Amino acid sequence: MPVMTMRDALNLALKEELARDSSVFLMGEEVAEYQGAYKVTRGLLQEFGPKRVIDTPITELGFAGLGVGAAMAGLRPIIEFMTFNFSILATDQIINSAAKMRYMSGGQFKIPIVFRGPGGSAYQVSSQHSQALESWYAYFPGLKVVMPSTPADAKGLLKSSIRDDDPVIFIEQERMYGMKGEVSEDADFTIPLGVAEVKREGTDATIIARSLMVPIALQAAEQLEKEGISCEVIDPRTIRPFDINTIVESVKKTNRAVVAEESHPFASVGAEISAEIAEHAFDYLDAPVKRISGADVPMPYAKNLEQLAIPDVARIVAAVKEVSYV
Amino acid sequence: MATQVVMPKLSPTMEEGQLARWLKKEGDKVSMGEPLAEIDTDKATMEMQALSNGVLRKILINEGESAPLGQPIAIIGEPDEDISELLKTASTPKPEKAAQAPKSMPESDAATPVEVEPQEAEAPEATQPISSDGQKSRTDGRFLISPIAARMASEAGIDFKTVQGSGPGGRIVKRDIESAIGDQKKTAATKPAVGRISIPRPAREGVVYGPSAYRDEPVSEMRRTIARRLVTSLGPVPHFFLTIEIDMERAADMRHSLNELYPDLKLSINDLIIKVVAVSLIQHPEVNASFQDKTIRYYEHADIGVAVATENGLITPVVRAAELKPITEVATEVRALAERARARKLKPEEYTGATFSISNLGMFGIEEFTAVINPPEGGILAVGAMARKPVVREDRIEIRQTMRVTMSCDHRVIDGATGARFLQTFKQIMENPVYLFLDQ
Repeated sequence: MPVMTMRDALNLALKEELARDSSVFLMGEEVAEYQGAYKVTRGLLQEFGPKRVIDTPITELGFAGLGVGAAMAGLRPIIEFMTFNFSILATDQIINSAAKMRYMSGGQFKIPIVFRGPGGSAYQVSSQHSQALESWYAYFPGLKVVMPSTPADAKGLLKSSIRDDDPVIFIEQERMYGMKGEVSEDADFTIPLGVAEVKREGTDATIIARSLMVPIALQAAEQLEKEGISCEVIDPRTIRPFDINTIVESVKKTNRAVVAEESHPFASVGAEISAEIAEHAFDYLDAPVKRISGADVPMPYAKNLEQLAIPDVARIVAAVKEVSYV
Repeated sequence: MATQVVMPKLSPTMEEGQLARWLKKEGDKVSMGEPLAEIDTDKATMEMQALSNGVLRKILINEGESAPLGQPIAIIGEPDEDISELLKTASTPKPEKAAQAPKSMPESDAATPVEVEPQEAEAPEATQPISSDGQKSRTDGRFLISPIAARMASEAGIDFKTVQGSGPGGRIVKRDIESAIGDQKKTAATKPAVGRISIPRPAREGVVYGPSAYRDEPVSEMRRTIARRLVTSLGPVPHFFLTIEIDMERAADMRHSLNELYPDLKLSINDLIIKVVAVSLIQHPEVNASFQDKTIRYYEHADIGVAVATENGLITPVVRAAELKPITEVATEVRALAERARARKLKPEEYTGATFSISNLGMFGIEEFTAVINPPEGGILAVGAMARKPVVREDRIEIRQTMRVTMSCDHRVIDGATGARFLQTFKQIMENPVYLFLDQ
């Protein structure tokens, strides 16, 4: 399998799905002429033309609404937010229209739309541009939320999201576009939504990580292995629907869980995972579930403070040791 | 986060401890489980372990000073952490009187591994509401145990109250139960079938016995009445006494011949008495028992407490499963225990949880005396001096070595006739000690 960046894997998924289904189209700021703010949509305008790859004005609520309407009318729009920070402007369309239309129309309308773009922290883009918003979207019934952590997952999950008949929030990580990995070039390669993956097997503690936290958790596991603690690293990949079973089975084996996430701690996805573990694996726990989250402050601009605000290897290592009582 | 280190409960009867020696200085790194200080308790000098990782920030009491259970004696935290809050709360000593073992906990169990009573061992952070709840529950006699540990303990039939927790604040965690299961397997493999053992069997080499297994049987109505009536007259443990004289010629001979064979052994008459008491107890399980309010507890093994006089007073190290051990092993073990007792190095599990005790004042020429029962044991044997005395044998007066023993019985468990039958057996074997070597 060829090795490619996450950026190219996403590009490949878009290209294959645009080619596969003529009802798929792409819309967003700078996606066409500029080839994408992060070059995820490079070459697509040239290949599929201006009717399928559409530049929009800086009007998130507007083009998100256009997308919902197009989906109701039978098309399969992919809406790119330059970053998910700007999706905040479009939340009325996402939450009140996309998420609820199928329910409120008694199933007469399906909304096969993907809202995608980078989320989470980047490098020194400060408070307004460094937000992990997955817990917002995962909160609402009617939305699916997907967060890949490898190029292969990015391709397989994006293709499944585009083919899905419900609205999907697809959050890429800005720092991970350059991450390289093997990716299948098979146009039929997909990864089902709602299925977690064990990224590393282990016996002593389970680390649940998503998106940017996955490679960091794997590094922590590597370090802990040298100290005799064997960690299992699980990436849920899809936040909604959430595959709790894989996690519960792992915790039954290891008796310890650490949840690592980039987002703020309060009412986060990690809080939900922690509650689910307590509910479904209580009798198997040897220690309280430990959460490692981003700092509970707006993201600082200063480089040193920014580093402190994002969970790192050392914090995950310390957390695993804490739940392992060493 | 910084935590206060409090005076831990290092023995079942401890109420305060004297700081014998700090093993760490202020500023030293400490990690969980590492010895922090030596504490003089009412019974022995014990090592106290750190229950958290960090740096010993502040020592709050000096060597030689005493502190009641639960009083902060040090603070462990990160090197640069602000500990002013903890220092403030530390200066007002906590009247933590709830250091007693929980009521439901059988005392014989309390003896086992409660080296550092986890409940009191670590003060919670003053600022965190969850921790202060924890503190309350601990003094309520609650046990901290992780769900998986509780589940494993119940599946393995382990009473987790006898397990010492190694987690934060003494929480019993998976590894503690795993090691308890390991111990249980070790003991189970060597334990003879429950029931009467009329002939002593040799113990397997290298086996270490824990406190005896037991079964609890409900107190019959009759016994309940006996118990209720007697304690109104003499309580809380209604003693009665039975004295018997024993011809010690053969026992003394046997001791001589064993010491000729094994000069290093220095077998004493008391070693022999321990062994014979143990063997007799197994033949009279109704005497190897203790009153537990609603039940009577019958022990599987004879764990014999041997009173040892030390400079600081009386202590009774325990020879576990003495009926299973060869006399030579009993002798060696008693000697080692007595030496450790005099050096104040006994661990609590070494001097608690006997099923029956022996007190011997023979070496002081005391002919006979009565000893006080150490509850919850059912009885104690007071052993007098061996003396050459004229006795009537087959209508002739002869000079023989004799010894008088007096058994104190807890009348709630033992009746006069029961105690008498036990002493008969004891006398029989003592006068015919060759019995000990049958089947060996």
